[in-house]
Amino acid sequence: MAGTVIASRRARLRAAALTLPLIAFVGVTFIAPLLSMLTRSVYDPVVADALPKTIALLRVWDGGQLPPDETFETAAAELLAAREERTLGQVATRVNRIEPGLRSVITRTARKLARVETDSWREAMIEAADAWAEPSTWRAFRRAGQSITDQHYLHAVDLDRDGSGGVVAQPESQRIYVSLLGRTLMLSVAITALCVLLGYPIAYLIARAPPNKGNLLLLLVLIPFWTSLLVRTTSWIVLLQSQGVINDTLVALGLLGDDERLSMIYNMNGTVVAMTHVLLPFMVLPLYSVMRTIPPQHMSAAASLGASFARSFWRVYWPQTLPGIGAGSLLVFILSIGYYITPALVGGRTGQLISNMIAYHMQQSLNWSLAAALGGILLACVVALYLLYDRLVGVERMKLG
Amino acid sequence: MAAQPAYVEFDAVSKSYDGVSQVVRDLHLTVREGEFLTLLGPSGSGKTTCLMMLAGFETPSGGAIRIGGRAVDDVPPRKRDIGMVFQNYALFPHMTVGRNLAFPLQARGMEKSAVAERVQRALQLVRLQGFEDRRPGQLSGGQQQRVAIARALVFEPDLVLMDEPLGALDRRLREEMQFEIRRIQRSLGVTVVYVTHDQTEAMAMSDRVAVFNHGRIQQVAPPEVLYEEPERPFVATFIGDNNLLHGRVHSVAEDICEVAVDGQIVKAFLVAPLDVGQEVSLAIRPERVSLAPDAGLYSNEFEVRIEDTTFLGDHLRMQTVVCGSEFVIKIPNIIGHGGVLPGDTVRIGWTTTDCRALAPDLGPAD
Amino acid sequence: MPRWFLLAAVAAALAAPTDADPLTVVSWGGSYERASKRAVMAPFTAKTGIEIQVENYNGGLAQIRAQVETDNVYWDVVDMDFADMVRGCDEGLLEPISVDALPPAADGALAAADYMPQTVTDCGQSQLFYSTVFAYKRDNFGAQVPTTIADFFDLGKFPGRRGMRRKAFSNLEFALMADGVPPDHVYAALDTEAGIERAFRKLDSIKEEIVWWAAGAQPPQMLADGEVAMSTAYNGRIFNAQVLEDQPFVVVWDGQLLDTGGFGIVAGTANLEAARQLVAYAAESKTMARVSQYISYGPTRHSARPLVAERHLETGTPMAPHMPTSAPNLVRALHADWEWWADRGDEMNERFAAWLAR
Ligand SMILES: Nc1ncnc2c1ncn2[C@@H]1O[C@H](COP(=O)(O)OP(=O)(O)OP(=O)(O)O)[C@@H](O)[C@H]1O
Ligand SMILES: [Mg+2]
Repeated sequence: MAGTVIASRRARLRAAALTLPLIAFVGVTFIAPLLSMLTRSVYDPVVADALPKTIALLRVWDGGQLPPDETFETAAAELLAAREERTLGQVATRVNRIEPGLRSVITRTARKLARVETDSWREAMIEAADAWAEPSTWRAFRRAGQSITDQHYLHAVDLDRDGSGGVVAQPESQRIYVSLLGRTLMLSVAITALCVLLGYPIAYLIARAPPNKGNLLLLLVLIPFWTSLLVRTTSWIVLLQSQGVINDTLVALGLLGDDERLSMIYNMNGTVVAMTHVLLPFMVLPLYSVMRTIPPQHMSAAASLGASFARSFWRVYWPQTLPGIGAGSLLVFILSIGYYITPALVGGRTGQLISNMIAYHMQQSLNWSLAAALGGILLACVVALYLLYDRLVGVERMKLG
Repeated sequence: MAAQPAYVEFDAVSKSYDGVSQVVRDLHLTVREGEFLTLLGPSGSGKTTCLMMLAGFETPSGGAIRIGGRAVDDVPPRKRDIGMVFQNYALFPHMTVGRNLAFPLQARGMEKSAVAERVQRALQLVRLQGFEDRRPGQLSGGQQQRVAIARALVFEPDLVLMDEPLGALDRRLREEMQFEIRRIQRSLGVTVVYVTHDQTEAMAMSDRVAVFNHGRIQQVAPPEVLYEEPERPFVATFIGDNNLLHGRVHSVAEDICEVAVDGQIVKAFLVAPLDVGQEVSLAIRPERVSLAPDAGLYSNEFEVRIEDTTFLGDHLRMQTVVCGSEFVIKIPNIIGHGGVLPGDTVRIGWTTTDCRALAPDLGPAD
Repeated sequence: MPRWFLLAAVAAALAAPTDADPLTVVSWGGSYERASKRAVMAPFTAKTGIEIQVENYNGGLAQIRAQVETDNVYWDVVDMDFADMVRGCDEGLLEPISVDALPPAADGALAAADYMPQTVTDCGQSQLFYSTVFAYKRDNFGAQVPTTIADFFDLGKFPGRRGMRRKAFSNLEFALMADGVPPDHVYAALDTEAGIERAFRKLDSIKEEIVWWAAGAQPPQMLADGEVAMSTAYNGRIFNAQVLEDQPFVVVWDGQLLDTGGFGIVAGTANLEAARQLVAYAAESKTMARVSQYISYGPTRHSARPLVAERHLETGTPMAPHMPTSAPNLVRALHADWEWWADRGDEMNERFAAWLAR
């Protein structure tokens, strides 16, 4: 008896051990990067690490007048040390984000201080750059010295802190993320709705067609799915651009003048059209798999019970496909709010999504903390959506196929 | 029964799905008001097709269907006012039992209170009071079946079609439901066209049975007539056990004929007129064959060797060969007839009226 | 076979000796890369036997930073613009390269004294002057052709789409010059909020007609395809399209934005020695002058000036009219202020992104 218990326990353990590689894989490729990203969005110790004593002194400083000589002395020493260790650039970048213009002040000052011998570091620093005579410069250092910061999240929702630490809106000309997030959500809703609108009849057709025809239709949906994303997106460019197939045809048919070509790409339309196409299979497949399980007799039964086609459809068929619509919409919506390649290629100026901004901060501005904060907000949106769906529909009712 | 007027008429109806092979051909059938008529036949014989044409889901390729005297060619299914019970019930899984039953009433724009009342009555009819808030998935197979029947009846149609409604149930439940359906049908007086390929079910429930094969009706008759007086070999063998002997007509005298089977003469009752020399099949029920210790008792008597015997409780089944054909005999388990062993040679016999010279089957070719 | 043997074999394969690897040099693609290969890399390989493998990028420090931070450096030498070089150096992304270690001029002048102002950092030196200009296709216009940067922004006089680089850099400068700010006052104007707003307002006036480009090879393509009527571009790209592909492109030098660029070595590269050799070779006056045989970019050392090619090697086209540093082309030129961009670049790019998205 005890023997069999142990044996079965061992078998269970062995079975569990088989999943260890997967768990390790998920841990390394998903959880760890996710955590490191979320950490980066609130934890930025570059300045505190490079100038620890200066930051400690600034913490006890009242922030009104210039700090005492001791602070200047410590700051000078630590800036020089940072220059030696070549971390100065990162410090300068971080401080510059709080107070644009300080990057050159910091690098220039360090370069000059390396060549002077002096008793008064205060004078030497102010001599190197006037900015050191401004309390606001030191306040910027103090803020940059906070390792744990909400700055990036504030920034990600177009807020900032003013000199006294209060939360204020960014100046009009720099507000971007809230409206971009709004646009992303709006476009995602539009794309999801379009996917439902287009995907539903396709899935219906496939589900109701005789098996061999149905398989062919399914193949037609899947072939784009198997084609490289870039190829598909590029073919939309070929079709939709102002010198593209559609415009050329319209002009050749005389429906449009040569100077009235429609701009269907490199704008919001381009993003919506191309992404709807790219994401359509994610709607069709769950829908199809749900529809396939609905016996065709249901519609016949409804008709025999005296219901018109519309009534049969809305009362009998449609409600049974809701789990498929839910699953498909959730998939498409979540994929589209994080989509990046297609809008980057065909979105032009007005078709960019929040993910393109994240990519921009990852690749161009190198403001990874802000990218992480934006990513964190996106993640929160997805989680919120999932919880909402679970609350309203129940995740266990979701059918992915 | 016979006094009732015709309610449904199939008039020379034929159907082909692909334009080549005829699935139903030249079908003439009358269903009388209040009648329980069953379409019985093997798989693929065209029963469902007939039902679907009647319900309006398929259009006949030829001929006409009339309901209550009116041709229904261009009446869509939802306007035919026919209750239908599908093989897999086709209950709407996302609706409660109550809403399933209310569906046809709402489709007819009935008032809320009237709907509720009708639903209650229908539930009562199928003895499912108190189940209206359950979903179909929370019911047993038999209960789902009852809901399906209730839904087909709740809007009080004059005609109800059922396509193998009991196919998915186990035997005991099936028998219970057969009785139940019959009870409901009688109490409402509704006309039912019922499809099954189970001959016992057909026999147990129907006023009349139409036996299908190859898309044709081989015979329509009340169950006892089908059993006692089959007209064609297919019906004779499809319903109950039967022995078939094949021979040529030797002589005909009124409704009696003599048939030469494998060199021996068998006397038989004529079902349809036959000419001398014509090929004919003879049907003899196994239970109508007796062991005849004394010669001259029966008009047909043969000496046979028993090949095998099987004891089946209420009767004994014996395997033998008569006129070169396999032959089965059933002897009721009554004291005095035991003691026959394989290898024994015995005398068997049957009367002329128990031996029927049948009309030929209606085949697929003509 | 024992298991450890397999493991060891795999490990050995993964840790293949690095000194046999070719040097990976990252350039800008298209005709500039072609020129750089012919004038610098091929002769270098011929001289030293060190093979070079070329990769491609569109500027910026992101990829370099990713390699350095993850300790997975597979780029050795990167051809970068001066602002990136300064910043990469500050952030520790580049290996220090002392200007004193570079070869002196032919007349013996020390390298430190030979370089022109604003071309030397602690981590590398610019080799070339190049310029962002605007160009158009001759047959797109009749008698009246654009001649000033103001014309680029004048949709009334010259309708049609405009190609511009999808960055704040260069666009703000062009906008102000087009709005009447003299070149030498541009950065002073940009130091004020009013100046920045003025630049964005000017950009607003043509915003709907702008087609954005990212890679230097795009503008000649867009002009050739008729996708745009005029485009900003690197002058050398336009030059090569003119002489090698016979494209009827015209460069407008008014308001050109001069910039410099050169090789930097990615910090932590395994091929440091070979990389240093390449940088030293590229810094020789005659090497940097040789580039001008292939593309219209000028050298950054005084001693290289007299060595600049008079004619394009492949077509015999005289080079002088095409060089950004030729006197007639410099009349209304602006030299990019890398320090201003180091300070305000992040902020400007963010404002630019916000402006773009609106
Ligand atoms: N929609 C259809 N298209 C083509 N052929 C069909 C179609 N429906 C039925 N058939 C064919 O018509 C013939 C009769 O089919 P039907 O369904 O009427 O048989 P059935 O008597 O109901 O059989 P079962 O007892 O198996 O249900 C079969 O050969 C079948 O293959
Ligand atoms: Mg059937």
